Formats: sequence, C-alpha cells, structure tokens
Amino acid sequence: MIKFENVTKRFGGKAVLDGISFEVPQGETFVIVGLSGAGKSVTLKHMVQLLVPDEGVVRIGDDVISAASGLELERMRGRFGVLFQGAALLQWLSVFENVALPLREHTKMSEEEIEKTVLEKLNLLNMQDAADKYPSDLSGGMQKRVGLARAIVMNPEIILYDEPTSGLDPVTSRLIDGLIENLRNELGITSVVVTHDLHSALAIGSRIMMIDGGKIVENAVPHKFIESKNETVQRFLESQYITRRGGWEKGMENHV
Amino acid sequence: MMRVVTSEHQEKMSYLGLPLRSFRRLGRIVLIACHGMGQAMIMLGSATLYIRTIWRPRARHETMAQLYVTGIKSLGVISVVAVFTGMILALQTGLELRRYGQEEFIGSAVAVSVIREMGPFMTGLIIAASVGSAIAAQLGTMAVSEEIAALEVMSINPNRFLVMPRLVALALMMPILTVYTNMLGIVGGGIVGATQLGVSFQVYLDNATRYAENKDLFVGLFKSLVFGIIIATVACHQGLMTSEGAVGVGRATRQTVIISFLFILIVGYIITRLFYI
Repeated sequence: MIKFENVTKRFGGKAVLDGISFEVPQGETFVIVGLSGAGKSVTLKHMVQLLVPDEGVVRIGDDVISAASGLELERMRGRFGVLFQGAALLQWLSVFENVALPLREHTKMSEEEIEKTVLEKLNLLNMQDAADKYPSDLSGGMQKRVGLARAIVMNPEIILYDEPTSGLDPVTSRLIDGLIENLRNELGITSVVVTHDLHSALAIGSRIMMIDGGKIVENAVPHKFIESKNETVQRFLESQYITRRGGWEKGMENHV
Repeated sequence: MMRVVTSEHQEKMSYLGLPLRSFRRLGRIVLIACHGMGQAMIMLGSATLYIRTIWRPRARHETMAQLYVTGIKSLGVISVVAVFTGMILALQTGLELRRYGQEEFIGSAVAVSVIREMGPFMTGLIIAASVGSAIAAQLGTMAVSEEIAALEVMSINPNRFLVMPRLVALALMMPILTVYTNMLGIVGGGIVGATQLGVSFQVYLDNATRYAENKDLFVGLFKSLVFGIIIATVACHQGLMTSEGAVGVGRATRQTVIISFLFILIVGYIITRLFYI
C-alpha cells in the first residue's frame, strides 16, 4: 500500500534518511520506532509529501505521491488521516468546528449531516461532551483524541500517527492504543505509527521497523523484533525493560 | 619550486580573503532575499486568485473577523497617533509661519502633508507594528505547532484559508483607516491652530480645503492600499515560513515589522516620485 524505494533525505548535507526501502501492506498497523532524531517523523512526513525525498520514490498504491502536485496531490492526501504529535488543532475553532472542518471544506454535506457525523466520531473517542470547548480548555490526551476524531472524520484508508502516546499518562496511552487497534480491527484501516514507546509498539503493531542513523536496522513482526540479534535493537529493548520473557509475549499472541 | 609558488599564491589569497568572504556573504544574503521575495510573490498571487472564494461561509466569516481586528481594534492607537501627528505638524509649521505673519496658512500645510504623506505613512507603520506583527506571530505559532502542516494534509490550502482573508482585510481597511487618520490629523492641527496660534478653526478649515486637491487624496489612498498589501504579504510570508519554535516566532514577528517599515518607506517614496514629478 505504502512503498518507499531507496528514499534519501538530507538536511544541511546530513542524510537523515539514507536510501531506505520498505513496504506497508494494506490493513496493517506498521510501527516505526527509533531514538530521537533517527528519522521516524521525517519518514512519516514523506508519506503525505510534507517532505519531498532528495532521492528515491514514495508510492501510495499505484500513485507516486513524492512527485505529485496540485489536484493530484490533494486527491492522494485525501486517502490519509494524520494525528500530529501535538494534535495540531486550530486554536480559534471549537472541538466541533475542528472535527467538522474537513467535512465543510471537502463535502457538500448539510449542517445536520455534518453535526451527526462529527458527534458520531467524537462519541467513538468519548469526547462528545467537549464538542463546544476550545483546544486550550483540553488536556493533552483530550486534544489527541480530538485530533484523532478529525483524522478519521473523512473515513480515510490510511491513518498516520506521529507519537500518539508521547506526553500522556500510561492509562491514556493505553486508551489511545486501544483506539488504534479498534480502528484497524473494525474498519480495516491501514495505520502507520511513529513512537518511542516500545510497550505501545508491541501492543498494537503487526510489524515493527526500527530506524537508526537514517537506516533501517530491523523490520519484523513483534515476536521476531523482540528476538532480534541487532545490537541497536537489543539496547533499545533493554532501555525500556523489555526482554524475550517479558509480559508482552502474552499480549503478542494475537499478532504472531 | 612548487612549494614557493604555493606559498606565494596563499599570501596573495590572504589579501583577497576578507573581500572575497564579504562578497560571498553579500551574495548569499541577496540570494536568500530574492528567494524569499519570490516565495512571497507566489503566495500573494495564489491568495489573490483565491479572492473568488471569499463568498464561501467560512472565508466570509474569517474575512469579517480580520476586518474587525485590523479596523476596529486599531482605532484607539490610530486615533491618538493621528491627532498628535496633526498637532505636531501644526505647531512646527505654525511657529515658522508666525515669524512671517502667515500662520493662517497652517491649514493648507497640515492638510496637504497629512493627506499626501503622513496619513498613509503613519497608518502603515501603526498597522505593520500592531496587526502585521500579530499576523506573523499567529501564523508562526501555527507553523511551529504543525497546524499549517495539518491544513496541508487535509488539502486545505493555507493561502486560501489563512492568507486571503488577511490580505483582503488589510487591503480594504488601510484606505479606510487612512481617511480616518487624515481627518483626525487635520482636526488635531486645527486644535493647535485655535488654541496656540490664534487661527480660528473656520479659517484653518477654509485654508485646508482650498489647497488640498483630490489628487492628493487619491494618491494617498492608493499608497495606503499598496501598504496594506505589503503588510499582509510580508506578515503572512514570515509567519508561514517560521521554524525553530518560539525563537522562530519572535524572529518572524521582528522581521515582519522591519521589512514592512522598509518597504513602506521605499514604496512610499517611489509612489510620490511617480505622481508628483
């Protein structure tokens, strides 16, 4: 569904992505992990052409999004929903207006239909009571849930999550994980999740890829990822107290 | 032999080092400035083309909000500056004219200089410093918090959604505010004439209307329209190009004020030159 072919991206002469190639199959929850500055978010931004590769190609199905422009790019981006790290809600619009924005901009739905759809999405994320509030009145976790409601309001085929659980307490983090899993199980949405949080990655990922220094050091299903012989992966796992005999083995059974 | 040639070459290059480095730096600054201006012009062109969408409910609502911020919210500071500009002009010219017993002519001196130059100029500076900086700070904050990226991903063009309403609001409001500044400036001059220089308000007004021409008013209004477009373009471009967090927002705000001031001065001179010589 999403395919990177030898993608290189340099900032100030330094290669942040160094000729990486990988594929995200349809219906998968593909998790990208790595240290800060490894190139995870840069990878994610290439998928919606917020960044353009210096070399290589990014494909979405049969379309080359890395070379698209104008209406063609708009059509391709229409297949995506994106949850940004800080939710990226427009501060002067209420929660309802934020979620309704894509519908008002891109559909000819009546106000009644828009209200029904928005409240349905907010209800799905348990945020229906906050519809009239403004983003500044909400906690970080609530803002992320509103951001997720906005990301799914157009029923996209693919959802990109940039650090969906960063800065959240463990309970809210697991709630967001549950939402991502539900979206995949119930709606068959393809998800790409960028995270530092390996616990979250192992819980929701059907495949985990680790990037380090702009290169892919591991790309495997969760139980194989835990057993990786790669030193960088092992250090990353140990830093989050995850071992092969960890409690996550049980939670992974569904993904094996 | 080779070593001698190399060291001679290095010695020669060391004399050239400083001018070469300065020239290279200057070249880089010019290139960056040209690149920025090109980007700003493309943004302006794109936003202008989107004016046709202004009747959409959201665009209309946003434009009304910007008109309110630019116009109504700036009235206080503009009133004070306009009155005192007129008063200072009247006092300075009045004191000189009094030496020749010609103080009744302050009306024409104040009216012509306010309508031709000071009205649009002072309004431009105030709006650049208040509204322009606010636009740059708002869009800059949106850029660093990924709200602009979110709009792009939702296929909502920031030039249509954010730039166009601000451009229209500033282009419409600047001439209106300039007329307001002109009127208050002339009234301020009249107050000084009546209270400090012994020129009655009626004589002052008669004199002002006799010498100020329609051309002065229209050129002044044209200037203010151009200044409005400059402020909107600079502020929106600086805001949308912001990076590097809070420091970047501060830089964008400062740059907006500096660049707008410079362009207001330069373009103001060019327009005066075009219409009066």
